[in-house]
Amino acid sequence: MDFLKAFIFGGLICVAAQLIMDLTSYKVTPAHVLVGLVTAGVILSALGLYQPFVDFAGAGASIPLTGFGHILAQGAIEGVKKDGLLGAFTGGAAAAAGGITAAVVFGYFAALLFRPKG
Amino acid sequence: MFKNPPVIAATATIVGPKEGEGPLAQTFDKIVEDPYYAEKSWEKAERRMLEEVMQTALKKAALAPTSIDYLLAGDLLNQIISAGFTARSLGIPFIGLYGACATMYEGLALGAILIDGGFADYVLVGASSHYSTAERQYRFPTEQGVQRPPTAQWTVTGAGAALLARTGAGPVITHATIGKVLDLGQGDPSDFGSAMAPAAADTIVRHLQDTVRGPQDFDLFLTGDLGLYGKGLAEQLVRERGFDIGNKFADCGTMIYDHHRQDTHAGGSGCACAAVVTGGYLMQQMLTGKIKRVLGVATGALLSPLTTKQGETIPVIAHAVAIEMR
Amino acid sequence: MPVDPNKPLEMQKKQYQEMVNRSKPKHPVLRNIFWAFVIGGIICTIGQGFLNYFMGLGLPALEAGTASAIVMVFFAALFTGLGIYDEITRYGGAGTIVPITGFANSMVAPAMEARSEGMVLGVGARLFTIAGPILTFGFTFAWLAAILYYIFG
Repeated sequence: MDFLKAFIFGGLICVAAQLIMDLTSYKVTPAHVLVGLVTAGVILSALGLYQPFVDFAGAGASIPLTGFGHILAQGAIEGVKKDGLLGAFTGGAAAAAGGITAAVVFGYFAALLFRPKG
Repeated sequence: MFKNPPVIAATATIVGPKEGEGPLAQTFDKIVEDPYYAEKSWEKAERRMLEEVMQTALKKAALAPTSIDYLLAGDLLNQIISAGFTARSLGIPFIGLYGACATMYEGLALGAILIDGGFADYVLVGASSHYSTAERQYRFPTEQGVQRPPTAQWTVTGAGAALLARTGAGPVITHATIGKVLDLGQGDPSDFGSAMAPAAADTIVRHLQDTVRGPQDFDLFLTGDLGLYGKGLAEQLVRERGFDIGNKFADCGTMIYDHHRQDTHAGGSGCACAAVVTGGYLMQQMLTGKIKRVLGVATGALLSPLTTKQGETIPVIAHAVAIEMR
Repeated sequence: MPVDPNKPLEMQKKQYQEMVNRSKPKHPVLRNIFWAFVIGGIICTIGQGFLNYFMGLGLPALEAGTASAIVMVFFAALFTGLGIYDEITRYGGAGTIVPITGFANSMVAPAMEARSEGMVLGVGARLFTIAGPILTFGFTFAWLAAILYYIFG
């Protein structure tokens, strides 16, 4: 059941992004869409709207980039709860550190081991 | 109009694997299977291809680099490194060119002017491009996931060279029209065809008006890389100005790939597109008498990765050269 | 309306834009949406699988989420290195770009390419070329949200 929910809701978020990419002018690039998704995730998360979505759709909510925004927002807010003002600076990055570090490290090794095919 | 029309004494072409699987595969001198051409980077591979076609053209004409008066070359990379570094190895007095995908014809036109004006006996002209070097510089890293729209074109991997001589046997360049930079407000870097069509049309019309000739005087109008969609737009624009070239109009970009099989969307582009189709297919058609007179018009989009981000539209240019088999 | 060279340039641009719009091919939107849905859905389902696995190992929700993200990033890096990820994106479109795997791909791809410029100035510098905007805006807005929380509780 949770696999089905992850499939459907993850898929729907991707569809929304695809529509934006295909139907807007060339000035709206995929990079713009991704930044929009992360930002939307942060805002929805800060408003308390994203956690219920995660509880319901599981990976369908957490794997898309909106989920990354959610982690950043929750991390920053938790940081404030724990450390006050300083937490606003440390919380977001701390929560996302796992994913970011993984991307940097695996990226570095991939660059070492593989050659682009072109 | 040239009083002493120079001869295209020899041409040489080299292409990458994708072009070698396309419809014109038989017309190229050499097909390279490895996009790295055994070099450490694609940039070095492109340079190696350009140098090789230059050497091949010289060999075909039985001339040494020391006999050549000028080398005119360019490519798509920043600071035209393929051309500059090739010139370093050849040691011929070098005039670097940048006309984006119109570079080859810019070189042919200028080379013809130099010879006709009595400033040179032999001029070597060349241009190169490489799918991966162009993608890296202008768009995205090649392993990055992107979805290309239907109007996107595929940069041709390859290089073409032509040796122009004051005397000799072969097709001659009778006229040249240097393009003006136009900009009709098209700014989509994934749709060069729409951007470049007006420049091609303008140069074709200006050429016909200047030389007081018409479509009936030519066997073929050949554009560089307007692609499937730009070609139709150019044809329409030319017709609106009073010339119907419909049944004699071909485009190197649409000829070099099999669009369905090779998933190349709108067709080929890049300096090498016009260079290898002209140096291969076109020359072979002319030398075997199938085409007597052609107006070759290569188009180029003069944008940079920066200008699009700064909100600019795409200025374009088209250079034309009339070639005749005498 | 044909493009009239005797009219002022702005007029010509409009006329030409109309001509272009008439002949410009459309994106195959229906096909793109279908594949974005399917492939995006599949990637999220795989993520769910890892999430379940880690929670099954006893990890609390947040840590399980991070662990699954790391595993997904690993596979995205691997597929990018093998040259498969961009092939999937040709059809998957947003389905491969939107999940966190797309983020990983956008870091690995430029890094791989920059190898010819050395590990420090090439790979090291290029890792964040495409991912930079995502991190910049993500961090900034999260910080903003936290500041607002701090002020308004």
